[in-house]
Formats: sequence, C-alpha cells, structure tokens
Amino acid sequence: MQKSQTLKISLQHAGKTFYSSSGEQHIALKAGNLDIYEGEFVCLVGPSGCGKSTVINLMAGFDQPTEGSVQIDGKAVLSPDPDRIMIFQDYGLFPWKTALDNVLFGLKCRGFGAVEARKKAMAALAGVGLTAYAQRHPHELSGGMKQRVALARALAVEPSVLFMDEPFAALDAFTRLHLQDELLELRKKKKITVIFVTHDLDEAVYLGDRIVLMAPNPGRFENNMPIELPFPRNRTDKQFDHYRKELFEAFDLVHKEAGRKSMAEEELQQGGSGI
Amino acid sequence: MRDKLQKFLYPAVAISLFILLWQYAASRYSSELFPAPLNVLDAIRELVEQGRLWKDISISLLRLTIAYTTAVSCAIPVGLFLGRCQPCLRSIDPLVQLLRPISPIAWFPLAVLWFGIGNTPAIFIIFIAAFFPVLLATITAVRNIPAVYYKVSNNFGAKPVQVFLGIIIPAAFPGIMTGLHIALGTAWIHLVAGEMLGADSGLGYLIIDARNFLRTDLIMAGMLLVGVLGLLLNRLITAGEQFINRQWGITRQQ
Repeated sequence: MQKSQTLKISLQHAGKTFYSSSGEQHIALKAGNLDIYEGEFVCLVGPSGCGKSTVINLMAGFDQPTEGSVQIDGKAVLSPDPDRIMIFQDYGLFPWKTALDNVLFGLKCRGFGAVEARKKAMAALAGVGLTAYAQRHPHELSGGMKQRVALARALAVEPSVLFMDEPFAALDAFTRLHLQDELLELRKKKKITVIFVTHDLDEAVYLGDRIVLMAPNPGRFENNMPIELPFPRNRTDKQFDHYRKELFEAFDLVHKEAGRKSMAEEELQQGGSGI
Repeated sequence: MRDKLQKFLYPAVAISLFILLWQYAASRYSSELFPAPLNVLDAIRELVEQGRLWKDISISLLRLTIAYTTAVSCAIPVGLFLGRCQPCLRSIDPLVQLLRPISPIAWFPLAVLWFGIGNTPAIFIIFIAAFFPVLLATITAVRNIPAVYYKVSNNFGAKPVQVFLGIIIPAAFPGIMTGLHIALGTAWIHLVAGEMLGADSGLGYLIIDARNFLRTDLIMAGMLLVGVLGLLLNRLITAGEQFINRQWGITRQQ
C-alpha cells in the first residue's frame, strides 16, 4: 500500500463553532484529532450535518478552526495554497474559458510562461483523456468531462494534496464508476494525498485506504476504518462485501442515533414551547 | 419552414394590416391633421432632398454615442467597485434609490439653465438615463458571481489583478451586457425627449420644429425614423448580447 509513515495533515483538537445572529451556538465540528499520512487516500463519510464539509474546508484553508489547529507538513494552515487543490462538486470551471484555458488559468497563476504552461496544460488534459476537447467550452462538455477538466486543472500545478468535496455526486452512475477508476489510475502515477468527501459508502470502500466515519449533532469523528484491500478492488469480491457490511453497520448506528437525537430534540422543543 | 413562416410572413402580415388600418383612419380626416402613409413617405423624401435627414440622424447618433459611452464608462467601474465593497454599497444604496426614480426629463429645466441650448443638455439627459440601468446591472452581476470562482482562484494563488481582470470582469459580463441593452433603449427614448426641449438639431428637434409649422406629415416622419433607428440599435445590441451568451454558454430560455 502507498501509505507512508510521514505525517501529512494533522488536526489537533480542531473544532468549529458558529454563532447565529441570535447568539445561538452551533457546533459544526466538535474538537477532535485526525492524522493523515503522506500518499494516503482518506474518505470522509457520514450523514448530512456531520461536519465532513467543514473538515475539508478547514484542511484546505478556506475556513479557520475556532479551536485547536490544522497543520499540513507541520505548519498551521492559514489560507488556501496551490500545493493543495480543492475539487468541487459543481466543478468550479469558468464558463467563458475553453477547457484548455481553464487548465491554463491555474498554471498562469503559478507564474508559468506561455509556452511551458501550454505544454503542461495539454499534458494534463491528455492525462484525463480530453486532448480532443481542449478547445471546447464547459457548456459543450458532459458532467463527467467537466470534472475531468477540473481534475486536469488541479493536477497540472502538481499539488501534493487533492481535496475532493463530493466530486462525483452530480454524475450519473456509469460516469461515476469510470471516474473512480480514472482517479485511482491518476493517483497510482502521482504520489499524492487525497481527502475525499462522499456520502456514497460503496464509493468510499472502493477508493479509500482508510474511511473516517463522521456523526452529526454535533459533527464529530466517530470511527476510523482502514480498508486493507489491494487495488484494483473488486466490488463483487467477498472481502469487499465484508468491509461494506461493516461500514454500513457502523453508518446505521450513527444514523439511528442521529435520528433518535433529532426526535428527542423535537420533543424537547415541543415541550418547551409551552401551551 | 414553419419557423420561417413565423419569423417573416407573420410580421409582414401584421405590418401590412397596421398600414391598412392607418390608411383607413387617415382617410377619415384631412391630411393636414392625420397624414396617410404615403404623405409620410413623401415627407421623408422631402427630408432626404433637403439634405436634412442625414444631418439630423447623424447629430442624434453622435449625441447618443457620446452620452452613452460616457455613462457606460462611468457606471461599469463604479458598479464593479460597489459590487465588491459591501459597506460602500450599503452606504450609497439609499442615495441611488432616491435619485433613480427621478425621471431624466425632470432634470431638463436645470440642464437647460446650466448648459444652455445645444448639445450638452441632451447629452446630460441621456447620460442620466443610461447611467442607472448599467450601474444597477453591474452591481447585481458582480454580486451574483458564484463563490466557487473566488475559491478556485484563491486556491491557485491568483493575484488580485488576475482575479479582477480574469474572473470578476468576464464573470459579470453577461449581466453587464443586459444592463447595456436596457440602457441603450432608455438612452434612445430620452435622446428624442432631450432634443425636443433643449436642442436646435437632431430627430427630436425635427419633430418639435415640424409641430411649430403644423407639418403633421413631418412629425410622423420623424416619429417613424426614431422608431426604425431604435429598432436597428436594439437589433445591433441583441446580436452582441447573443454572441456573448453563446461564448459563456448561457442559453436563453424560450
């Protein structure tokens, strides 16, 4: 397995609490610890409201923790960094730019000259099989192609970490399976740490070296599950089934508990409202 | 086939019916009071022969161009700035909302007092007419830029100049274009009004001058010309807008 023992990302007692305008406290992420090693592929899964998006935004530097710290390579994360690129569910492509120009945007921001940037951009597009579509605008591409362009744009600047926030959630099932395989291929070639947020448990078992299960109310880390299966994985495999079953059971517990809690809260609110 | 029918034949039928109706209505009154289509055509011919037509059209278009480009080049930068600066927008918004409902025509007495009769009052009025639609459209366009664009450019370490020129301006462009479209229409309407009150040349002046001589055929000729030119201007900017929208991949809803 590609997992090394070099610590890459470390959440140390990191948490995030919001206060609404009425002063109400909302804990998006209860302070917790999480270590991710260099080259690891970690899937964050959990029901809605479990804080998985909060975690990835904290790690990517789009958001700051209200307690504890988030460190990458031993340094506190204070802002987004081109060494760590985020892939969004809605692609984040610029509609007025061609696929090539979208990829070039990242490279130009990095200060590459025109000739070298173009070479790198074309190579990145070739890496996701989109050479023939370089001159197309995003609206002329399918959802899967758009996400490939976003992936090419990210990989072109050679980041050491890829954050993916439900990247395949908007795609149809077949495209999703394709892109999962492509992502694993790309990852095999480049030594890159991937943090992958998903609500698709199958996807998590198929992709992850490790699955971090999260629970809601308040959002928190619940369970750490290494998936010790070699790649490429087989979804019909017995062992794959074993992990899936384990994950589903753990998820079910979290889910049921969340359901009970919200029901209890509702009763409390109804009781509290007084008649 | 059916498309072509709807695009060309139907409007042609509608226009023919309108002309027939006009002819019928005109036939019930004296031609001095209500000129028929052919009288108006004659009046236009007269204008062409006098050499007045091109002079009036070109001066009107020149005023429009000057006022419109000035308004646009003021409104877009201000709009971009206000769209990005929430506190600035908050402070200035009540003022804008106060000034905007004042019809540009209400500025006439002051415009004529300040600038006298000539080009300036008309240009000033068009400026006011065009400024607000562009300003408001630009502010809205900037504020509607999806947050993910900023996240992406932040993530890649784009410099402020790169974000401004490479993201904000192109992302806001279709919205600004809508403002430009609306503003061109309002500018044209107010150009005619402006020339009626504060100028001694141009299409608006042509109409008011014809009234002074009770030349109803010339009045209608002037009105018709204003309509036709307005239509052409609208066609022109619609084509520009559609080009932009195609580039940006925005499909207009039917």
